[in-house]
Amino acid sequence: MNPTLKKLIGKIPENILEEANSLLPKGASASKIQKIADKLLEEYDYAKVAAGESVGIVSAESIGEPGTQMTLNTFHFAGVAEMNVTMGLPRIIEILDCRKKIKTPMMEIYLKSPYNKGKDIRKLALSIKETVFEEVTKEFLINIVESKVEIKLNKERLKELGLTLNNLITIIKKGAKGQIQNIKGDSDKITVKVKSKEENLNEVYKFKEKVRKVFVKGIKGIKQVLPVKRGEEFIIITAGTNLKKIFELNWVDKEKTISNDVIEIYDTLGIEAARQALINEVYKVIEAQGLNVDIRHIMLTADTMCTSGVMKGITRYGVVSEKSSVLARASFETPIKHIINAALIGEKDELNSVIENVMLNQAVPIGTGLPGLVTKEKESKK
Amino acid sequence: MAKEETPEKTKAEENKSEESSELSEEEKKEIIEPSEVGIFKQVKAIEFRMMSPKLIKKMSVAKIVTPELYDKEGYPVDGGLMDIRLGVIDPGLRCKTCGAKLKECPGHFGYMELARPIIHISFIAIVHTLISCSCRDCGKILIPDQKRESVEKESEKIQKELGIIARRLYIKKIVTSLKKVNKCPHCNARQYKITIEKPTTFLENDKRVSPIEVRMRLEKISDEDVSIFGINPLASRPEWMVLTVLAIPPVTMRPSITLESGERSEDDLTHKLGDIIRINQRLFENINAGAPEIIIEDLWDLLQYHITTFFDNNVAQLPPARHRSGQPLKTISERIKSKEGRIRHNLAGKRTNFSARTVISPDPMLALDEVGVPKIIAMKLSVPEAVTPWNLKYLKAFLEKGPGKYPGCNYVVRPDGKKKKITDETKEAALEELQPGYIIERHLMDGDIAIFNRQPSLHRMSMMCHRIKVLPGRTLRLNPAVCHPYNADFDGDEMNLHIPQTEEARAEAEILMSIPTQLISPRYGLSIIGCTQDSISGNYLLTKDMEIERNHAVQILTSIGITNLKRLPSKQKVTGKEIFSVLLPSDFHYKGNSRDKEDNDVIIKNGSLIKGVIDSNTIGQEAGLMLRDLHKQYGPKKTITILENIFRLGNQVLLDLGFTTGLHDSDLPEDGRKRIDETLEKAEQDVQILIQQYKDNKLDIFPGRTLRETLELKILELLNKARNETAHIVAEYSTNENATVIMAASGAKGSPLNLAQMAACVGQQAMRGKRIEKGYISRTLSHFKKGDLSPASKGFIRHGFKKGLAPHEFFFGAMTGRDSLMDTALRTPKSGYLYRRLANAMQDIKVEYDNTVRDSGGKIIQFTYGEDGIDVSKSENGKINVKKIIDSI
Repeated sequence: MNPTLKKLIGKIPENILEEANSLLPKGASASKIQKIADKLLEEYDYAKVAAGESVGIVSAESIGEPGTQMTLNTFHFAGVAEMNVTMGLPRIIEILDCRKKIKTPMMEIYLKSPYNKGKDIRKLALSIKETVFEEVTKEFLINIVESKVEIKLNKERLKELGLTLNNLITIIKKGAKGQIQNIKGDSDKITVKVKSKEENLNEVYKFKEKVRKVFVKGIKGIKQVLPVKRGEEFIIITAGTNLKKIFELNWVDKEKTISNDVIEIYDTLGIEAARQALINEVYKVIEAQGLNVDIRHIMLTADTMCTSGVMKGITRYGVVSEKSSVLARASFETPIKHIINAALIGEKDELNSVIENVMLNQAVPIGTGLPGLVTKEKESKK
Repeated sequence: MAKEETPEKTKAEENKSEESSELSEEEKKEIIEPSEVGIFKQVKAIEFRMMSPKLIKKMSVAKIVTPELYDKEGYPVDGGLMDIRLGVIDPGLRCKTCGAKLKECPGHFGYMELARPIIHISFIAIVHTLISCSCRDCGKILIPDQKRESVEKESEKIQKELGIIARRLYIKKIVTSLKKVNKCPHCNARQYKITIEKPTTFLENDKRVSPIEVRMRLEKISDEDVSIFGINPLASRPEWMVLTVLAIPPVTMRPSITLESGERSEDDLTHKLGDIIRINQRLFENINAGAPEIIIEDLWDLLQYHITTFFDNNVAQLPPARHRSGQPLKTISERIKSKEGRIRHNLAGKRTNFSARTVISPDPMLALDEVGVPKIIAMKLSVPEAVTPWNLKYLKAFLEKGPGKYPGCNYVVRPDGKKKKITDETKEAALEELQPGYIIERHLMDGDIAIFNRQPSLHRMSMMCHRIKVLPGRTLRLNPAVCHPYNADFDGDEMNLHIPQTEEARAEAEILMSIPTQLISPRYGLSIIGCTQDSISGNYLLTKDMEIERNHAVQILTSIGITNLKRLPSKQKVTGKEIFSVLLPSDFHYKGNSRDKEDNDVIIKNGSLIKGVIDSNTIGQEAGLMLRDLHKQYGPKKTITILENIFRLGNQVLLDLGFTTGLHDSDLPEDGRKRIDETLEKAEQDVQILIQQYKDNKLDIFPGRTLRETLELKILELLNKARNETAHIVAEYSTNENATVIMAASGAKGSPLNLAQMAACVGQQAMRGKRIEKGYISRTLSHFKKGDLSPASKGFIRHGFKKGLAPHEFFFGAMTGRDSLMDTALRTPKSGYLYRRLANAMQDIKVEYDNTVRDSGGKIIQFTYGEDGIDVSKSENGKINVKKIIDSI
């Protein structure tokens, strides 16, 4: 970096200086660079936030106001072969609430070198897809008299998945423990005698329903896979997420692979990653709606949700419950609960946030209400 | 049984600041000289505590013993619920306690002695935890001493992370895990399981534990043990949760209303209290008379019910107490709770005087930061102005006119604070006594400061400061360019006007809220105010390729108030670009792009537009980059003037030119229509081919899709393509004189697609991202065969709006129309709630003097705001334009 600009490190954020450095005209004289540096500093100082600026409410407005313009529309089709993802207002609400279960969990799996050029992509994709027993069968036949279930298998599927008959039998045994009396396998069918007192059709039926959903192969939670070419690279888009298991695979590029489930990212990668994911996800939605909201507002929202080190939603159980002021909490939701608990602890409200002072008709300690005036008291004439 | 003690609602204690006591002497002095008004008292902190029975008695002024309210003369009974020691609600009476009149007396508490203790409903869960976790004999907590410390530490931590309720649950869990032996670790007494029979009864071994017993057990718990539960024994002792004394709220809190018939209608709380006193009396009598235990217990339960519903009339297992009409009573917790409750309605929401509201209408000849106020309103609202020796004459003029003539005055405030209404009779007297020190409340005049607002006030630009312009008429007038920040239109919208009454308020409004300071949106760092609609079309036409006589140009410019024509070249004919340039500062440089796809440079050098056309990218709202540059170089005030001029110029040009859109805009020549028909025909055939392929199972399936989904996607893509093609065809045939095209091209309103929908083909109607599927079994309408997959049967509208839609097409259009209507109706409350949550969570986050971002508790949220400390409203779309800085040097 140019030495003149380098001197400004600490006064101006480095990314701005770097941009300036890359844009410097070639062979500019030292005095010109100095002038540029001075002007840069002047402009930056002008653009800095003033102390007392109520950035919180500005951010809330900036996200809340365009919220009224967003569509509720859940579905969209960006490309013909893309997946349906929850977008718009429901998605924003979902993220800011910190819902444990999101509507459409999704992953984008990036691959390591030989595979990202498309090698074995279909096979890899198929190998992580969650397969349940039902999918490798053609037909279930129930023999009422002998309380037996006869399962006809889909051989092609089995071959595709690289499974054998014996594999399947062990899987079923494991999956439906205690319900099987004996199990027999023939080339393309499995016959199971169900354990039941007397000829109880109910038990047999129960077994059939259970065995259908027995997990056979792949990674749990991944409902759908879709190999896609993104730019030069091949990636796998999945419906359903399981980051932990995916990261265990050695052909996955762990640095790029992401999930849209923020809570899951928090659980596997920690709070910093979750914060970034939060920002990215919210920004993605707002951008897709063609709305213009500055990233700083989203950052601040994400930071308020993450400062405690745990993800907290913007709900009465999350961020709001953490407030220091009793009255501020009470003015949001469930006021009685907050007041009762405050009485038990003997809480003292120091009145240093906005809403309590509004309640008491006092100046709010934000913006112009923040500074105090220090003067010498006049000697009283007695 | 201890006779005092009893908790009640929590009580807020006001800690007056230390300084206030020191100030008190000065305070008195200043009241004598009322010309100086300032803040003398400030609440520093509020402490929350439970009320002990002792405290209740101490703060009470009367013991209430009788349920009677008034005697025969209608005078409040002593010792009754409306006792005038508790405050006054009748005009003319004076409070026996403080001697103040109605509205001055704040009201005073009373108390009543309960015959038997009653458990407070709000503390049931806590009482349960306490008695089931402590020994029934010695009252010690059921945790062995050696474990005590670790439990205390852990619970401390849990409270910090998850709150006090989680802490209690934790203690309960620990105790139950330890309780396997069923013996107290301290005194070896046997313990039994205690359960709650909802709502208020405790059972031990299926035997009832009376409130007296409960209270005794709670008394036994030591202060040290209490604090393990996270309860501060100084603030609230557990035995206070069982009431022995009930505080009677002051009458001012439950005033009765006199009906037209002269009858009195008492407040819900008074009714409830009357019930309580009546039952309590009967209970007393029965106990004294030595009635059988069953009767006493029945009455006790009844008292418990009444006191419970007095606090909370929404307890799950209890039938709510009702009026005779069957409507549930509104008792204490209902008064506090919810949107209409005390907190959100009265404390967090304020009401105001000196405000006005009417319908709004546009007036482009107003300045951007002006608001047109009808004379009727200007004569009702007022601004206080202090009389000094220097303005005495000036202010006397207002007084002379009185309230009926404009500009006059409505009130005069004397130095002792007395307000006098001015009428024609009192005018003379007031004139006589007027002297410095008086305050005159004069009518609004041009140039006064007002705050203008439109609901919903979603962002700070929904409340801005305007200068008043008094106008004839009955509507509030505003410049149409400021509609956008308010999100206002003129289809009947109403807006509010507030007149700040103090010098401080006016200063803040002017410096922080005036339109010039709100020009740049803090949401994205671009100008939120810009030209709209006609003014964009006008400027577009002007700067495109217009050339007019100089005389004509001068006429246009002067008609919008531009008289300095030095910069208009003195040629026979001048171009539109030259006319536009007259409005710009002579040292302004700008480089940007217009909406046109090719050849879209807009270059302004030395204040003259050299190349390019002006459109919404340059001067539009939310986008106008030129406006952002002007703001940066010349500051907000000048930008506003320039914007005003540009806005008026656009309108004037259009007015001069004549501009209208109509049916003929969507006319197409014969061969154009033919081509469109062919295109649509072709698309339909292609779809049929696809359907055939689908039926023959020959379709290439998209990965991760079923056959049917693939077909749908392919059809959708094909039909969309076809519609877009028709749009191209329409565009080819439409000329540059076509008003619809002009509006679309300039970015004023509409898009080429809108024109195509009118002229050629409306296109596919989609619901939930798919073609229309709902309706009858395997078909959308009975017009079609079952299983028909053709475009027409699935909501493709092939006609244009001009030609008219076929009945089924119209129906499909109505379907999607209804769908989007529902969407908006459902979205509004959802987004409103999200906004409320966001605002509540983040309202006290601010930048501190050390540049960190913190919340009200001092917790750091960010070390530097937005990672670089840049204020969005001072940035250019969130960035510092480094390139421009370097280029400028």
